[in-house]
Amino acid sequence: MNKNLGIFTNGIIKENPLLVLSIGLCSSLAVTTSVFNGIGMGFSMLFVLLMSEIIISLFHKLIPDAIRLPIFIIIIAAFTTIVQLVLAAYLPALSEALGVFLPLIVVNCIIMGRVESYASKNSVPHSILDALGMGIGYTWVLTAISVIRELVGNGTLFSTRIIPEAYTVGLFSKAPGGFIIFGLMIAITASISKAVENKKKAAAKAADGAQGGAK
Amino acid sequence: MSDLLKIFLKSMLVDNVILVQYLALCPFIGMTSDTGKATGMGIATTFVIILATAVTYPLYYCILVPLQLQFLQTLIFILVIAALVQLVEFYLKKSAPALYSAMGVYLALITTNCAVLAVTLNCIGKNYNYVESLVYALGSAGGFLLSMVIMSGVRERLEVAPVPAFLKGKPILFIAAGFLSLSFLGFSGLIK
Repeated sequence: MNKNLGIFTNGIIKENPLLVLSIGLCSSLAVTTSVFNGIGMGFSMLFVLLMSEIIISLFHKLIPDAIRLPIFIIIIAAFTTIVQLVLAAYLPALSEALGVFLPLIVVNCIIMGRVESYASKNSVPHSILDALGMGIGYTWVLTAISVIRELVGNGTLFSTRIIPEAYTVGLFSKAPGGFIIFGLMIAITASISKAVENKKKAAAKAADGAQGGAK
Repeated sequence: MSDLLKIFLKSMLVDNVILVQYLALCPFIGMTSDTGKATGMGIATTFVIILATAVTYPLYYCILVPLQLQFLQTLIFILVIAALVQLVEFYLKKSAPALYSAMGVYLALITTNCAVLAVTLNCIGKNYNYVESLVYALGSAGGFLLSMVIMSGVRERLEVAPVPAFLKGKPILFIAAGFLSLSFLGFSGLIK
């Protein structure tokens, strides 16, 4: 049980695809100009990742090793096309806003990376957990970036005005703001995880010291 | 003629693939640690982008449209690009081993480079004709090469710059990219 939980939480923080591994960056910066787009992209990605991992972990024994990459790409592209068509039919505004980044889910390194390094070696339930963890890890970072960018850049959240227009910094909803906010987010995550590690080390040392004292 | 020049400049500077459209950030962060590497990757990608556009455009209009299979666009395009990259790799290995050893490592990575797929899809999305598509591909690829080379130069300077400890490593790269992107925003008034 504990191991399963570990697989799930791995993607959310410790090996977060965006903040720690720095893969799949393109879509995460391009679509995060509004929270709606950020969440929409996050869930589209989660769906494609989940379905591809399920299918590939089911069939990984049947897929010949030499041609596995083209097969993976076909499977991923098929699910991406499904998402594209569903969004175009039911959420045309979102599909319009995401534009070319929706088909670009195919070449998102996160999916290819997880499928190659995880789903093609592990069982179906574990792959599902891994996909959910990674997908949620991706979605929360996207949501966080888009909240900051929409709030500071546009003064709105879900298109409701919160900050008066005169006090917004338009730069943050444009391209440079995305880079800068993302850089700061990586820095913050890295320093938090470092602080946590140092605390753990200090605690371990203190425990060692206490044990030594008892002896 | 001036239309073509407009498309070229717009795709290269105003809509720079990396700094304005956020495409192909993986090689932008991963491959710019020295100028040689960045140039190699840039040239290899330029080659593939132009080739991919030259092949996928007629494929879309001569095969997918008559058969009404436009919804297979994404699937077909990525397969064609992957196959194309493989073919180029084989060809270079046999006929130009020197070029292959310089470019070979990058070629395999280009299949999953989003700029390639995005440029081919954009050519269809923007309703360009064949010549315009090729010019657009050339401009985008040139923009890619340009920002890769600039970024590698910035990184070489960053190595000796006094960077605050908590921004060391990746964070400062993104912030530097942010400022580069800011300067590219200056081109936005260039073409109406």
